[in-house]
Amino acid sequence: MRRVYGIHGGIHPPEEKGLSNPGTVVDAGLPEKLVLPLSQHIGAPAKAAVAVGDHVLGGQCLASAVGAVSASVHAPTSGIVTAIEPRPVPHPSGIDNLCIEISCDGRDQWVDLEAIDDYRQFTPHELVERVKKAGIAGMGGAGFPTATKLLARDRYAIDTLIINGTECEPYITADDTLMQTAAEAIVEGAEILAYIVGASTVIFGVEDNKPDALQALQQAVNARANGQSDHQLEVVSFPTKYPSGGEKQLIEILTGQQVPSGGLPADLGIVCQNPGTAVAVGDAVLKGRPLVDRIVTLTGRALGKPANYRARLGTPIAHLLALSEFNPSDNERLIHGGPMMGFALGTDAAPVIKTTNCVLVPTRDELPVPPAAQACIRCGLCAEACPAELLPQQLYWYARAKDHEQLERHNLFDCIECGACSWVCPSNIPLVQYYRAAKGTIQEAKEDKLRSDRARERFEARQERVAKEAAEKEAKRAARKAAAQKKASESTDEDPVQAAIARAKARKAQMTADTKQDTPEP
Amino acid sequence: MSWLRITSPHGHGPLSTQRVMQLVLLATLPGVVAQTWFFGPGTLVNIVVGGALALGFEWLAVSLRGREPRAALEDFSVLVTSTLLCIALPPYSPWWLLVVGIASSVLLGKHLFGGLGYNPFNPAMVGYVVLLISFPLQMSSWAAPRGLTTPPGLTDALSALLGTPLADGLTSATPLDILRQNKGLLMEDLYATTPQFGRWAGIGWEWVNIGFLIGGLWLLYQRVFTWHAPVAMLAGLGLAALIGYDGGSSISGGSPLLHWLSGATMFGAFFIITDPVSSATSNRGRLLFGALIGIVIYLIRTQGNYPDAVAFAVLILNFAAPLIDQYTVPRAYGHNRREDP
Ligand code: SF4
Ligand code: SF4
Repeated sequence: MRRVYGIHGGIHPPEEKGLSNPGTVVDAGLPEKLVLPLSQHIGAPAKAAVAVGDHVLGGQCLASAVGAVSASVHAPTSGIVTAIEPRPVPHPSGIDNLCIEISCDGRDQWVDLEAIDDYRQFTPHELVERVKKAGIAGMGGAGFPTATKLLARDRYAIDTLIINGTECEPYITADDTLMQTAAEAIVEGAEILAYIVGASTVIFGVEDNKPDALQALQQAVNARANGQSDHQLEVVSFPTKYPSGGEKQLIEILTGQQVPSGGLPADLGIVCQNPGTAVAVGDAVLKGRPLVDRIVTLTGRALGKPANYRARLGTPIAHLLALSEFNPSDNERLIHGGPMMGFALGTDAAPVIKTTNCVLVPTRDELPVPPAAQACIRCGLCAEACPAELLPQQLYWYARAKDHEQLERHNLFDCIECGACSWVCPSNIPLVQYYRAAKGTIQEAKEDKLRSDRARERFEARQERVAKEAAEKEAKRAARKAAAQKKASESTDEDPVQAAIARAKARKAQMTADTKQDTPEP
Repeated sequence: MSWLRITSPHGHGPLSTQRVMQLVLLATLPGVVAQTWFFGPGTLVNIVVGGALALGFEWLAVSLRGREPRAALEDFSVLVTSTLLCIALPPYSPWWLLVVGIASSVLLGKHLFGGLGYNPFNPAMVGYVVLLISFPLQMSSWAAPRGLTTPPGLTDALSALLGTPLADGLTSATPLDILRQNKGLLMEDLYATTPQFGRWAGIGWEWVNIGFLIGGLWLLYQRVFTWHAPVAMLAGLGLAALIGYDGGSSISGGSPLLHWLSGATMFGAFFIITDPVSSATSNRGRLLFGALIGIVIYLIRTQGNYPDAVAFAVLILNFAAPLIDQYTVPRAYGHNRREDP
């Protein structure tokens, strides 16, 4: 048995997991239209590869990745591209973003997928290429392009793969449902991932409030371990506490080590992946199937029928709300993600994207709007709750004072924005909001400084070049003049004094030009 | 349909500031009951009159500062301040003592610095020290505990409030006073010859302290504050007393038990130094803060000239709290343990 370690802080909000009936997947069906944002991940938006009016097939690439950190977008079904324009998307900023709209033709015809039999016949890089082609981005919430993350093997020695089935946010049961219903596929995907990154150990980490998921995974692992696994597979359960599923927190729970500040799990030889991502990688590698659907938890007491849906990417949230019998009378918030870290949507026209694990639709009583913030009474409850071992209260004062130096000294950038501090604060201070804003401002200030430094460097370089050119010209002129005078004095009676002066002048000019040349090229 | 766009988190824990304050008030109950049993209704009269005055001053201060007074009155914080001050004041104090004390606490200790959350000093202790310096006589006359006399009744309490001091027979020196003035008696003999000392640390006083200890432990259990400051203070005080005990000789500073259970020790440990606003903020900082207060209490009790030392010790360390904070920034996740904070 692997020893599990404790982490600092954390909270125990009501779990509310039973509400959405975990363990059963409901097919969300095919809406009339799918709206696919070109940016469903962290990094550069994909570039549209189709035009309005094109007929597309399921699995066809609609937009391809641009640069190293990006992910392609594929058609989840067949139909006609009816628009490429900015639409509401799930994003905290609430700003519309470029989307491809497909009017589904209902035939659900697909391109031919290129399956392979034995992934071990391929090099890890060939498999990463398949993952990249499938447009997979981390499905746990952040949406980092998976292929990029897998390339960690080139720069770090990876020995452990962690499948993060913690799902510590209240309400959400999408991963739980996947683990209960597709444990074999998760284990298979995990083995492929382990092969790609070169890990010898695979740990499936799950909170102890999901006994069915734990059991399903254990069975799948046992079935594999009987002879055919290349890796050491461990299913580990640990006490339920928010935010145990934070990547850094989970690593400490499972290994007792802390990811260095500003570093990556890979610095410890660890790569973390979400179970949904593992299944998607398995599909991509073995079947050549791109990522076009996912499990989404629809939950909250404003729904008549909360459920876990298998929904195609691009499915408008309104479609799922209708399926779940949404009752708007007592609801005022539509939340993308969970109650702790999710963000409120302004419209249900926004679609399901690769990172949509949950749509939470609470009633007013269920998650009341917070009352006005009161003065900080410096009770320190926030510091007790902070999993990053920060002093949220100090950060709050410094954020209000806009004291960037103290903010960095108090490690603002180690804040994982989990919201535990705000949750416990008896004065209802929206602490995380201050940290997000402060991080943004500091980042901007740094970028501004970088930009102005670059501009200054460029300016100085130009000044120098101009000066150097002028000096060279002057030197040449002086040399020419000296030569001319020499000639003249040769032809007439040479005046030795004049000649000496001219020579000295020429030497001096030459020297100035030389010293200028000694200063390094920028 | 349009939805509210509020940032995460979307839920909130069960504690509110108002609730924290109510819990603190509730937790004073065992101590106040003990104090009333042994010293009569004087403390209760203090608390009721002081509370009314405090609400009045708070209303005045908040209105003068151009804020909405309702929210300030509803957060209960000013009642906590006044109640704590009134517990610390001698029972049967005259009305003007209460007025000056509460005004100093609320106006000087709290609002002069910007109100709740901004006060560097514990407001109740500011009020206490102002009174101690201005009216040393009134501040050092404590009622004699039940067991030595019959404590005064409600009529005595009300006439004391109006300005008639308690009859001489009804007051008595506290064990800490007696100890300080001890010239030449062994501890053993002091306990044997002085009825005030009671079983462990003074008739009445020991039970009052146990009452506040119970209330404090309950607050700990309710997670209103952490154990660090109280435990460190009791440890600091106990350790200092152990060193100064001198085997119970005639120059002994008194046993740790005597110090733990006399004066305002438990009240201070669980109700005063745990005031979050004016204490150190990190757990490590609170350990240091508490331990230093414990040591300073001992020094003032044995070397100083005041009836009790808690208020001075707390104010002195309130001064030091920001400095302590500077040097006790906790190591954040992922930072090297030896790295400079
Ligand atoms: S929890 Fe809120 S009130 Fe308490 S110290 Fe932190 S910010 Fe201040
Ligand atoms: S949001 Fe940041 S400061 Fe607040 S508890 Fe989480 S990590 Fe700590």
